[in-house]
Amino acid sequence: MELTGAQIVVKFLEDEGVEHLWGYPGGAVLPIYDALDTTATTLKHILVRHEQAATHAADAYSRATGKPGLVLVTSGPGATNAITGIATAYMDSIPLIVITGQVPTSMIGLDAFQEVDTVGISRPIVKHNFLVRDVAELAQTLKKAFYIATTGRPGPVLIDIPKDVQNAKTDYVYPETVDIRSYNVVTKGHSGQIRKAVDLILSAERPMFYTGGGVVLGDASSQLTEFVRALGYPITQTLMGLGAFPASDAQSVGMLGMHGTYEANMAMHHCDVLIAIGARFDDRVTGNIEKFCPTAKVVHVDIDPASISKNVKVDVPIVGPVAQVLEDMLEMLRLEKRKPNQEALSNWWKQIDSWRAINCMAYQPSTKVIKPQAVIETLHRVTQGDAYVTSDVGQHQMWAAQYYPFEKPRRWINSGGLGTMGVGLPYAMGVKMALPDATVACVTGEGSIQMNIQELSTCLQYGLPVKIICLNNRFLGMVRQWQEFFYDRRYSMSYMDSLPDFVKLVESYGHVGMKVTDPAELESKMKEAFAMTDRLVFMDIQTDHTENVYPMIPAGAGQNEMILV
Amino acid sequence: MRHIISMLMENESGALSRVAGLFSARGYNIQELTVAPTEDQTVSRLTLVTEGDEQQIEQIVKHLNRLIDVVKVVDLTNGEHIERELLLIKLMATGAHREELKRLADIFRAQIVDVSATTYTVQLVGDKSKTDAFINALDASLILETVRSGALGIMRGEKRLQI
Ligand SMILES: Cc1cc2nc3c(=O)[nH]c(=O)nc-3n(C[C@H](O)[C@H](O)[C@H](O)COP(=O)(O)OP(=O)(O)OC[C@H]3O[C@@H](n4cnc5c(N)ncnc54)[C@H](O)[C@@H]3O)c2cc1C
Ligand SMILES: Cc1ncc(C[n+]2csc(CCOP(=O)(O)OP(=O)(O)O)c2C)c(N)n1
Ligand SMILES: [Mg+2]
Repeated sequence: MELTGAQIVVKFLEDEGVEHLWGYPGGAVLPIYDALDTTATTLKHILVRHEQAATHAADAYSRATGKPGLVLVTSGPGATNAITGIATAYMDSIPLIVITGQVPTSMIGLDAFQEVDTVGISRPIVKHNFLVRDVAELAQTLKKAFYIATTGRPGPVLIDIPKDVQNAKTDYVYPETVDIRSYNVVTKGHSGQIRKAVDLILSAERPMFYTGGGVVLGDASSQLTEFVRALGYPITQTLMGLGAFPASDAQSVGMLGMHGTYEANMAMHHCDVLIAIGARFDDRVTGNIEKFCPTAKVVHVDIDPASISKNVKVDVPIVGPVAQVLEDMLEMLRLEKRKPNQEALSNWWKQIDSWRAINCMAYQPSTKVIKPQAVIETLHRVTQGDAYVTSDVGQHQMWAAQYYPFEKPRRWINSGGLGTMGVGLPYAMGVKMALPDATVACVTGEGSIQMNIQELSTCLQYGLPVKIICLNNRFLGMVRQWQEFFYDRRYSMSYMDSLPDFVKLVESYGHVGMKVTDPAELESKMKEAFAMTDRLVFMDIQTDHTENVYPMIPAGAGQNEMILV
Repeated sequence: MRHIISMLMENESGALSRVAGLFSARGYNIQELTVAPTEDQTVSRLTLVTEGDEQQIEQIVKHLNRLIDVVKVVDLTNGEHIERELLLIKLMATGAHREELKRLADIFRAQIVDVSATTYTVQLVGDKSKTDAFINALDASLILETVRSGALGIMRGEKRLQI
């Protein structure tokens, strides 16, 4: 079948089973937009209002479903607007395919209209990228892009397609297979290493599981849960891992790290065997690396060898996909005669329970002013703990992570690695588009929401009735908190002046707005909002602006040096 | 410690900038770099010299392996290998210096490959210690221009880096 490059893009995406394409048109992608009109049958294109939002929405689609997210933007400013979203996905290892238009090959390098070196600009923030110079290579390149993005450690892949390549014709056959000689995906962990790990795990007296986003990305939640329960050991999860192991389980000690629980961080500090699975020893987690887990032998399971011993030296490295490695470990455990040292374990749990008893998440309730923590607890009640919660970046993000216990993976959708303000609303759109029947709540701040507020328009056009829970503290709260703690209360530029009337603003976009100031009204108003299942509701909730996120490990401190209140 | 890392990569535009970009983005230093196609036109051989402790070098090798365009990587420093560099050096050669420089070149088994009324251009092949020693043996005021290829390396014996 002879097709143009543009038609090949559309046909290939359909053959590959892509449902949603998020994008924004422009000169250098007009052939592809035309092919969408003439050729597409099942592929649905969603027109955002800013290319950054397209990348975030596609990213969230992937986080919620596990399938790759798809983006289409034009050259020059279209591509540069997409950069923040690509970097966000890259830092959290999210498979994203970004197709960018480029000026015709004959004009590349001539400073042509809307020309930027997209491949060059995006190189450090993609898993791989391609410039397609020959239409004959287009289909195979698209196939490679999907393969690279979704296998191994996932990540974004960008394909830059010059306009003349979009117009050129060639025979199209869907490429069933892909072969990249320089790219080999590990499918299994080394059995000798797994044996060593199991021996070490069974010998532990003060064991600790520390698991992360890799368990979510690798769809290994059930294997992890089975393994951890079989051993009876405590488990803490990173911000990116939340939900992979149910928060309500007694073995869960909550999140660790800078704003993790006291018990999780203390248990990390005092453990003798640390079992790290699909987590990358981020500095928000380790605190001062010199003081990190001083007495622990470390097992680390990760699909990316470069993650292992990057920040913390590992005793038993295992390179492999977490689901497969855990299955192998479970199998060894089944055949094992030795059992964990129950006496040591019960002493360890006593110790952990004493840290738990400090009740580090307690906060001062109020009947006068709305406490941000209470908003999240209310959200949890109103949604029966079963919502998809997306978040922006700031204090509200930490409170959402702390006060909304997640029972299932892929329910908590936020930007951890890059910490990108402005993701919340597009993330909610991506999830709602993927899962129309799901309850989707976007927890945001009055600062973050303004970074992609234009997407309210997209939500109206495509009927995306998400609920926006804006913790409006009139401050860039996270910045204000650091200034209070570390800069002598000099609140330089952290006050959000001249805020819009959010209720009027969302009404002008055709949605429902609610302003809540009275703690007594919070729950009933929120129920009302969630009862409007076919409307987008923006809840402008005026919260206590003096509230800080606790507990906290100050930068440079060890995990045993938390500020509690 | 100084390491010579050698790799085979796809002979594609952009492959070199991925390697160079990796080093600058992660704060590693490339001291020497050579790259050219091999007998297989689809593959280039890139050799670079970098400095780092064991853990840094391990990370560098892992990150290089992660690049999609890089097919195979070896840290030559880990095993027996041959290292060679080509030095081309232009020297002020007048009066008594002409004879003296000729003698010094002979001692180092360097060749004079170009001559003018006032200059010699000398070529020397060897490992870094040899090319360094030659440069150090020269009167610095006579050196007009120095061009060094950077190290090339290959494993000794039957071992080879292949796809
Ligand atoms: C304001 C703010 C505050 C923060 N505070 C905290 C905090 O208190 N605590 C906290 O934990 N984080 C916090 N973060 C997030 C932090 O910056 C990191 O994003 C996070 O800790 C990284 O999580 P992770 O280690 O699970 O790694 P991820 O980024 O999720 O990486 C996943 C790892 O798993 C590996 N992997 C992927 N797929 C597989 C597979 N199939 N099999 C095996 N391995 C796989 C990858 O190679 C990678 O190493 C904060 C972020 C912000 C913005
Ligand atoms: C794009 C971007 N710019 C700046 C920052 C730095 N930053 C982190 S949190 C924060 C404040 C967020 O304010 P708001 O959305 O109101 O949330 P709050 O902390 O008040 O809950 C800022 C400015 C960032 N993370 N992202
Ligand atoms: Mg705020």
